[in-house]
Amino acid sequence: MKQKITGAEALMRSLEAEGVDVIFGYPGGAIMPTYDALYDHRKTLNHILVRHEQGAAHAAQGYARVSGRVGVVLATSGPGAMNTITGIADAMIDSTPMVVVCGQVGAAMLGTDAFQEVDVIGVTQPITKWAYQIRRAEDVAWAVSRAFYIARSGRPGPVVLDFARNAQTGLVDYEPAKVDFIRSYRPVPVPSDETIQQAADLINQSERPLVLVGQGVELGDAREELRLFLERGGMPAGCTLLGLSALPTDHPLNMGMLGMHGNLGPNVMTNRCDLLIAVGMRFDDRVTGNLDTYARQAKVIHFDIDPSEINKNVTVDVAVVGDCKQTLARVTALMQERRHDAWVEGFAPYRKQETEKVIEPAIHPQEGPLLMGEVVRRVSEATEHRAVLVTDVGQNQMFGCRYFQFSEGRSVVTSGGCGTMGFGLPAAIGATFGAPDRTVCLFVGDGGLQMTIQELGTIMEQGAPVKIILLNNNFLGNVRQWQYLFFNKRYSFTPMLNPDYEGIAKSYGIPSRTVTEREDLDDAIREMLVTPGAFLLQCAVKEEDNVLPMTPPGANVDEMMLEIEN
Amino acid sequence: METKFYTMLIYSENFAGILNQITAVFTRRQVNIESLNVCASSTPGVHKYTITCNCTEEMAKMLTKQIEKKIDVLQAHYFTDDELFILEACLIKVSTPLVLENPDVSRIVRLHGGRIVEVNPTYSIVEKKGMTKDILDLFSELNQLGVVLQFVRSGRIAVTKSTEERLDKYLEEMERMRK
Ligand SMILES: Cc1ncc(C[n+]2csc(CCOP(=O)(O)OP(=O)(O)O)c2C)c(N)n1
Ligand SMILES: [Mg+2]
Repeated sequence: MKQKITGAEALMRSLEAEGVDVIFGYPGGAIMPTYDALYDHRKTLNHILVRHEQGAAHAAQGYARVSGRVGVVLATSGPGAMNTITGIADAMIDSTPMVVVCGQVGAAMLGTDAFQEVDVIGVTQPITKWAYQIRRAEDVAWAVSRAFYIARSGRPGPVVLDFARNAQTGLVDYEPAKVDFIRSYRPVPVPSDETIQQAADLINQSERPLVLVGQGVELGDAREELRLFLERGGMPAGCTLLGLSALPTDHPLNMGMLGMHGNLGPNVMTNRCDLLIAVGMRFDDRVTGNLDTYARQAKVIHFDIDPSEINKNVTVDVAVVGDCKQTLARVTALMQERRHDAWVEGFAPYRKQETEKVIEPAIHPQEGPLLMGEVVRRVSEATEHRAVLVTDVGQNQMFGCRYFQFSEGRSVVTSGGCGTMGFGLPAAIGATFGAPDRTVCLFVGDGGLQMTIQELGTIMEQGAPVKIILLNNNFLGNVRQWQYLFFNKRYSFTPMLNPDYEGIAKSYGIPSRTVTEREDLDDAIREMLVTPGAFLLQCAVKEEDNVLPMTPPGANVDEMMLEIEN
Repeated sequence: METKFYTMLIYSENFAGILNQITAVFTRRQVNIESLNVCASSTPGVHKYTITCNCTEEMAKMLTKQIEKKIDVLQAHYFTDDELFILEACLIKVSTPLVLENPDVSRIVRLHGGRIVEVNPTYSIVEKKGMTKDILDLFSELNQLGVVLQFVRSGRIAVTKSTEERLDKYLEEMERMRK
């Protein structure tokens, strides 16, 4: 006779069956039976105790983004679950696979306003791919398998399992479950040969194609397919924020970053190309600017796995709905070998102009205070452009993404669609678990660091080797920039009194150094990188620096400001 | 852009919370639901939703795609009235003494194809099936006579005129993909 086990134990076995090796979590009343079961699985399920459940969610995101695996979060009911909400919403908009298991009051008490009862399903339904309440131990194996299948398949995203206490303690004849089919869910549509031919025809006829590379290329593990596609067609490309490492920075067809603070060339050329080919990106307003004037002259091909992205913001001529690893290869096979030398060279003057006006002054300043741009580029060089870039949100993020360079895939961890301050530190911790062999560099502002600063405790306890580069400008810099530009320089609550960050690092046993002078920067970076484990490098950067170029909100994509007039 | 009256026919698994997810899509895109009917469909375990709204065709397309994206939704399609057989119904509770005073009432009811399904000394019940406009016409005429005690109109229900059963086809296709 089979031995009955508890629902909590069934959860452990189900997680192991899914190949889970790391869990980010925080215990509490309604999830205690599960934590008790976890105690016997500590060897296989490495539980990382965070200091706040928001940290667990972002750490799971960081883990997932660098590894391509599903991040797992464990939290208690009510306040514990609510603290994960920001990370869930962030994972939803940035298509990050994640499973959040949170405790819930027993089924008999549901709906009675019991202690620490919150309608977690009601709250999370709009920000998850799937949210399910497990009310019986019998459902655990099925629900967990279904959760992982949904989280990782198709367009990835977060799933919430609301685990009622009675289902954790109830006994069940455990049978492993394997869900890999849901009849109402078609994760990977397959486009017809006719569609593939239409896309290839448009590409073969095009004289001025421009490819927009999004995170879908990374999610679909299609970097190689993308490279062959670009090279066969001789097509220049721009990358979105989340797609930056889908194509090596130094690839001759990589024209740089798209978007509000992206590079001049790909933005201007968006309104000059005759064919716009979007791959795994969703035409976010931070990329398109004013939609009414966006690429109106061009035909548009959209490769995406999610049918609901097609024609959402930009009307397309050909939609290639499917897994871009396959669809890119299928289209490439029908493409003529082409070069568009004159068109590609047309980007050069913009690159030159931007380099002279913006990039050089940002990364090689001759005088004045330290700049964020030079710190970022110096760290990128010192890690031979092979490190994982994690950023928080704000100017640190934009400078980080503009001036870091990439040679490997899955190397950008940043909060794109949500722009969540406080994302960086915990996401970087997660990244060290997801990519233990890589150097993880976090660029974070003085504002954002303080939003999840408690996770220094997690770093201390785990010895997580996060290289924290604090770009301290004594301002909520990004908001200050907007106040400068659009609100008459009225700095309403953006200057900020800062604590002694080195003192804080010391309390957590994290070695640190502060740089104020340019001549010390290289040595400080060297020290940071040779010091084993975590390190806090505080850079006292220019207080009122601005991220340029910039497409003002609502302006046309090719109307980038290269400088700010006083 | 031109807005039109659309009827959406949506099929989902019979799981808790799906109605919420479907209506939330309308709320997010700021489209008002004019009427809503939910019931079990002819396929065991499958629920059918009939939802009407006013919007542009682009929006109708977007809404159905975003609804179909929900994991447990099987299919979502939008239709114009000419593609559907449609039924709506209403019940009008009227005061029997006032009806007896006014011979116009039963004449109007008959003229509009209504049916009196209950008569007692206090009230009578008029039932009418038809399209929204016919129902509202009957109601407003009766209401002008001041005899109406209560009025309720059902949501629309609809089946397609097409000879093709898309849900069956979809389910068959998916079953073939089951490993
Ligand atoms: C949780 C959250 N709150 C507020 C904001 C709005 N916001 C965006 S950038 C920014 C300033 C960030 O300041 P800091 O972390 O110091 O970074 P800096 O821009 O100075 O590099 C703020 C307040 C946000 N994105 N997220
Ligand atoms: Mg700052």
